[in-house]
Amino acid sequence: MTAISVSSPRAIAWPAIIKEAALTAFVALLLTVPLVGLRTVDRPTGLGLETRWNEVVAAVGLVFLGRIGICLIREGQGVLVLVLAAAAAAAGFFIKMPTEALRIILIVGGAIIAIRAAMAVRTGRSKLSQAERDKRMDRIAAKVQDASRWLGPIGVVLALAFPLTPLADRQLLDIGILLLTYVMLGWGLNIVVGLAGLLDLGYVAFYAVGAYSYALLAHYFGLSFWLCLPLAGLLAAFSGVLLGFPVLRLRGDYFAIVTLGFGEIIRIILVNWYQFTGGPNGISGIPRPSFFGIADFTRTPAEGTMAFHEMFGLEFSALHRIIFLYYLILVLALVVNFFTLRVRKLPLGRAWEALREDDIACASLGINRTNMKLAAFAIAAMFGGFAGSFFATRQGFISPESFTFIESAIILAIVVLGGMGSQIGVVVATLLVIGLPEAFRELADYRMLAFGMGMVLIMLWRPRGLLAHRDPTILLYGRKGKGAGGPAAGTAAAGGEGIAGGRAK
Amino acid sequence: MTDLSMTPTVKNDTPLLTVEHLTMRFGGLVAVNDVSFTARNSEITAIIGPNGAGKTTLFNCITGFYSPTVGRMTLRHPDGKEFLLERMPGYRISQQASVARTFQNIRLFGGMSVLENLMVAQHNKLIKASGFSIAGLLGLPSYTNVERESVELAKYWLDRVRLLEFADWEAGNLPYGAQRRLEIARAMCTEPVMLCLDEPAAGLNPRESADLAEILTFIRDDHKTGVLLIEHDMSVVMTISDHVVVLDYGRKISDGDPHFVKNDPAVIRAYLGEEEGEELPPEIAADLPEVAKRAEEGA
Repeated sequence: MTAISVSSPRAIAWPAIIKEAALTAFVALLLTVPLVGLRTVDRPTGLGLETRWNEVVAAVGLVFLGRIGICLIREGQGVLVLVLAAAAAAAGFFIKMPTEALRIILIVGGAIIAIRAAMAVRTGRSKLSQAERDKRMDRIAAKVQDASRWLGPIGVVLALAFPLTPLADRQLLDIGILLLTYVMLGWGLNIVVGLAGLLDLGYVAFYAVGAYSYALLAHYFGLSFWLCLPLAGLLAAFSGVLLGFPVLRLRGDYFAIVTLGFGEIIRIILVNWYQFTGGPNGISGIPRPSFFGIADFTRTPAEGTMAFHEMFGLEFSALHRIIFLYYLILVLALVVNFFTLRVRKLPLGRAWEALREDDIACASLGINRTNMKLAAFAIAAMFGGFAGSFFATRQGFISPESFTFIESAIILAIVVLGGMGSQIGVVVATLLVIGLPEAFRELADYRMLAFGMGMVLIMLWRPRGLLAHRDPTILLYGRKGKGAGGPAAGTAAAGGEGIAGGRAK
Repeated sequence: MTDLSMTPTVKNDTPLLTVEHLTMRFGGLVAVNDVSFTARNSEITAIIGPNGAGKTTLFNCITGFYSPTVGRMTLRHPDGKEFLLERMPGYRISQQASVARTFQNIRLFGGMSVLENLMVAQHNKLIKASGFSIAGLLGLPSYTNVERESVELAKYWLDRVRLLEFADWEAGNLPYGAQRRLEIARAMCTEPVMLCLDEPAAGLNPRESADLAEILTFIRDDHKTGVLLIEHDMSVVMTISDHVVVLDYGRKISDGDPHFVKNDPAVIRAYLGEEEGEELPPEIAADLPEVAKRAEEGA
């Protein structure tokens, strides 16, 4: 027993550690020289190169020291590393450094190593095994899932109350609308990816169909937003079925590639059908939404219509429209959420999850797989279409630029990061993926660096998404059974293992 | 020509499943070659044969996973309805002809709970009741009543396979034997007229095999369901089956009750090898009668 105990004192193998650290630093050097060390700048004479050797040295130095720190943690010297790393982070924080980059690297790097060391000290071990870690993270996810029963309504109330507080200015409301749009798209895509298990890389196509449906219908026929919203949803659903028919016989990677292609086809049609869609110039002057067709959000409404502020006897404010848009997307997103939560408990939702688990077993049980998948596709596309027409009316201008592959990738990243099938996970992931870069806009270039780092950390710590935990949709013994011991309690304990084992392949 | 005249005992007149001249070719390979047999209601029909004899291919044809190259498969429900299985797409064989199956390598919905597995099995009934989700989304009583009945059916079968206390477990976490039983319960939840089991006793210990035999006889006797069974475990096959079909190299070589099949020279040859095909070295051939005699005395 003592032989394998990590905490037993023994000599530290310095040469081996130094060698390992040097090797890691060398790899870091190879990576940082082109990535960090060289920078292209726009000069009047053309493109020029600028070098940033300070940052390279700082990064390589940090990797070297950090690796030594990790090795020492492994050797059971967690406390020492914790003190040193915390000191480094503090030094970066308080003492002025020659460059800003060095300072950030010092603080962030020091903090990460310090956290790592602190965890090692706390658990008394340098490393948790992957299974233990998974189990622990799953327990956290299960707790969050449990908490979402009351956390969800509180979140909704807060979101409803937010525009009425003095906090709500134009910028925050805009960020709120942006976040809610992505939450809605994430929830929509979650139906296809999370529930039905179909990897859709072209979800933005339906978003585009929705946006262009409204824009074109308003442009050519002068239809109002409230008429176009359901129409856009229908058209998007129709395009989903159209795509689904030939594609759903494919599986896995092949399916993903075809959806990717479909996303691009839609965008390229929009770019090239110049006479109809305005091509790369897009469509501008898309009408803003009215207050359910009753009143307009303008200071001086057109003949025969009413102004919103007159109707309610308020002072005119440009914010009214923004607040209205905020509530509109909030309601749309909640509709998607309500639908998903409800459909999971219905045969349709169960069939989707069963398809994700085992396609062939579904056929043996007499489930019409094509229809189920088409339904998932069409419904998700419809929600994408709703979000698209909302996007069009909010922006007042759309062009194919807004519907590139990167949009699909971001929405997919939100779903996957949040944990496939987890509704609250989508919200958390949206806050991370969209919210953080918005919040740290002043950090300019470094926000993408931080974003990438966050992704890597999540990959390491939670490879199946932040809150990947599945609650059964129907329980024979109720939720109380969990605490009462017996087999039901076994589920909670063994559940993590099962998911870990089951999805690891 | 192998025909139906070999079937010795006839319990009821119209067979549940009639397979005629079924042939399945994969390119140049003939996996099933002109096989004809019948399976009856309330009977366990076992299909046995050495590895690679084409048993699972035959099964996949019957349950619609393959469409056979040649042949006809007729399923007659007790109420007289007839279905030509070779003309139906896979999922309809379960949906309309009420044929359920299990798999050689267990195919449960591992991430879902045991009860959910059984609810998915009742999908077709439930989705109709939920008005393709519209009545379900609104929570109308027409749906909730049917759902309650489905849970009762699921509970009934869970009780039957002794998994009731595990209803809320994740199916993938169950022990192996329990997973096998759950798969049978799931198939039975589709309320089939014929249940096809692909090696249900594979990997089970003798105790679990005995349990399985008990479940299968219960299904046969109390539910009047026809059972079609692929099995290697001869103790299971010989004790519970009413009728055995033996395949070898894709051909039917024997067909009859277990006793008949056990003593059929063609079956013994298929399992133990050809006598005349192999030339034994003379010294061993000379010893053979003596060895046989000694073995007989020993037994």
